Amino acid sequence: MNAPKPHIATGSNADLLGLYRQMRRVRTFEERVGELFVRGLSAGSMLHLSIGEESAAVGVCAAMKDGDTFTTHHRGHGIFLARGADPERMMAEIAGKQTGYCHGKGGSMHIADMGLGHLGANAIVGGGIPAVVGAALVAQQRRTGAVSIAFFGDGAMQQGILYESMNMAALWDLPTVFVCINNQYGMGTRIDQATKATALHERAVAFGLNGETVDGLDVVAVRDAAQRIVDAARGGTPGFLAIDCYRFFGHARKDKSPYRSPGEEEEGRRKDPIAFARAALVDAGHGEAELDAIDAAAAAEMDATIDFADLSEEPPLSSMFRDVFAVGEPEPEPLADRIDRVLARD
Amino acid sequence: MAQMTYRDALRKALHDAMTEDEDVFVIGEEVGRYGGAYGVTKGLIDEFGPERLRDTPISEPAIVGTAVGAAMAGMRPVAELMYVDFIGMTMDQLCNQAAKIRYMFGGQIGVPMVLRTQGGTGRSAGAQHSQSLEAYVMHTPGLRLVMPGTVYDAYHLLRQALRQPDPVVFIEHKALYAMSDEVDLDAPPPDWGRAVVRRTGSDLVIVTYSRQVHYVMQAAEALAGQGIEATVIDLRTLNPLDFETIRAAVEPIGRAMVVSEGPLTAGVAAELSARITEECFDFLHDPVIRVAGEDVPISVSTALEAASVPSADLVAETARKMLV
Repeated sequence: MNAPKPHIATGSNADLLGLYRQMRRVRTFEERVGELFVRGLSAGSMLHLSIGEESAAVGVCAAMKDGDTFTTHHRGHGIFLARGADPERMMAEIAGKQTGYCHGKGGSMHIADMGLGHLGANAIVGGGIPAVVGAALVAQQRRTGAVSIAFFGDGAMQQGILYESMNMAALWDLPTVFVCINNQYGMGTRIDQATKATALHERAVAFGLNGETVDGLDVVAVRDAAQRIVDAARGGTPGFLAIDCYRFFGHARKDKSPYRSPGEEEEGRRKDPIAFARAALVDAGHGEAELDAIDAAAAAEMDATIDFADLSEEPPLSSMFRDVFAVGEPEPEPLADRIDRVLARD
Repeated sequence: MAQMTYRDALRKALHDAMTEDEDVFVIGEEVGRYGGAYGVTKGLIDEFGPERLRDTPISEPAIVGTAVGAAMAGMRPVAELMYVDFIGMTMDQLCNQAAKIRYMFGGQIGVPMVLRTQGGTGRSAGAQHSQSLEAYVMHTPGLRLVMPGTVYDAYHLLRQALRQPDPVVFIEHKALYAMSDEVDLDAPPPDWGRAVVRRTGSDLVIVTYSRQVHYVMQAAEALAGQGIEATVIDLRTLNPLDFETIRAAVEPIGRAMVVSEGPLTAGVAAELSARITEECFDFLHDPVIRVAGEDVPISVSTALEAASVPSADLVAETARKMLV
């Protein structure tokens, strides 16, 4: 591939190898998710891949600390993985298996892990945004020093809940960051078909937050911008970061993107943060063999996730009635039991 | 014993809970400096400060969403929704987020928040400030639903709601705030989730909750003068629903009426009627009768407003027709 020459705007690329490795892991994981679907092993077709958006997940997560919390949108596999998730448990959850993070009840769009501060992916556009305001409120009151970050797509930029949440975060000086991964499309609607105001960060600035837009081609630039925004939020000035990138494939697995021209897609896929980082690493003296070895390790790691998911058990049917309410609370009576009880007359 | 209003009992419950547990805080529109649109939180800001009586912009979805996040992060928020009529604004945060988080996330975490709000008719407040929307809540798995009808229950059920591990929607009745009663708050609290039999009679069972408890009790007294004795059950909580108390009362009598201020169709009364019919079918002499709100919006006209929801007269008249 003819990758453009890297231009590192600020900061150091000393960590670039690590960022490259993480981005490769994310992309390879997403490719395996696609394979899971093709092989009929996924639970359903609601799979939204973040291929092309790896710099957003990896760059922002590199600016986070232990104890920070976050929510994601429906295209959040990469973010969770970059934050330290176990890819086998992720893949099992996507497959709806008992060994998954949520024991098969959540799946791709409702994956969460309190241990890693993941307060949940969300299938409602914008639905996970206000929870980070609440988490940040607690962090502020308890002086924990934690930041809470909402990740969402450009589709959520047109949802009212975002503005209510940014307004409260600014009003109360909360350690909150709003990250818009602008892949240019909300399902089949391009950003300029959804709004006249495409300079997205200006909206946050209008509410009194720090706001920046960064080119997602360059993971180092994303990491550095995220570091500025996250550090300021930790100090009590909430922020907003828009990351420009391109969604390489369709909205979900069955979407062939008929609303985009082949020319546009070809152009869009040139905006590849992994190819860009690789070219920068080669320029900096890293050998192709070294980078190939990183890629091979990611492939081996992610290949194993499919086997893990495939071999894992389905959750037991009895778990259906568990966790509607807390442990120890009465569980709902199964329908069949109720019918039998009602019809068992003396 | 102390004389206090329903409003005072709610304020005392918040006060006592906030004193006992520093993780409890109130968040909502006008809850702090103003003291609440109906005065429930009046004065609490002086004792607990603006962080624990957090005034918000008019942003109902984000108020509930913030409470969800704060509950997940370990605190125990009381989000106040000024009118239950605004619940539609918050449905995503309440029904897609709060209600489902424990389940979707495989039991990892709960959302121990209370959504306090008020509903019902009685103040000529019009179609968008007078509704009884408890069926919306009752229809969503994962939400507890509390509707106190007495001063004593207002205090104790709010204290208990603030100890639940799951989200609780606590719907007060706007026409009850000024109601005063002598209560002994040191008496043992009610069992969470249990209905209470307010009156016993052998001719029919009337199941109700919230303000209608008072109308039904008035009706029952009037009926007693005419030789008809009614058992009156106040459900207090709609989730958990104490069906065993209903069953125990209905089976020996075989005649039941359900009274609810909410609209008739697909409402709480419909669910209760279906349950009683299904579960107590062999014991029933008559169809279970629903006395509920008419299927119309609520008018500002006091005459139309009052005629749109059950009254003591309607309950008594219906009982007489059932016993002809």
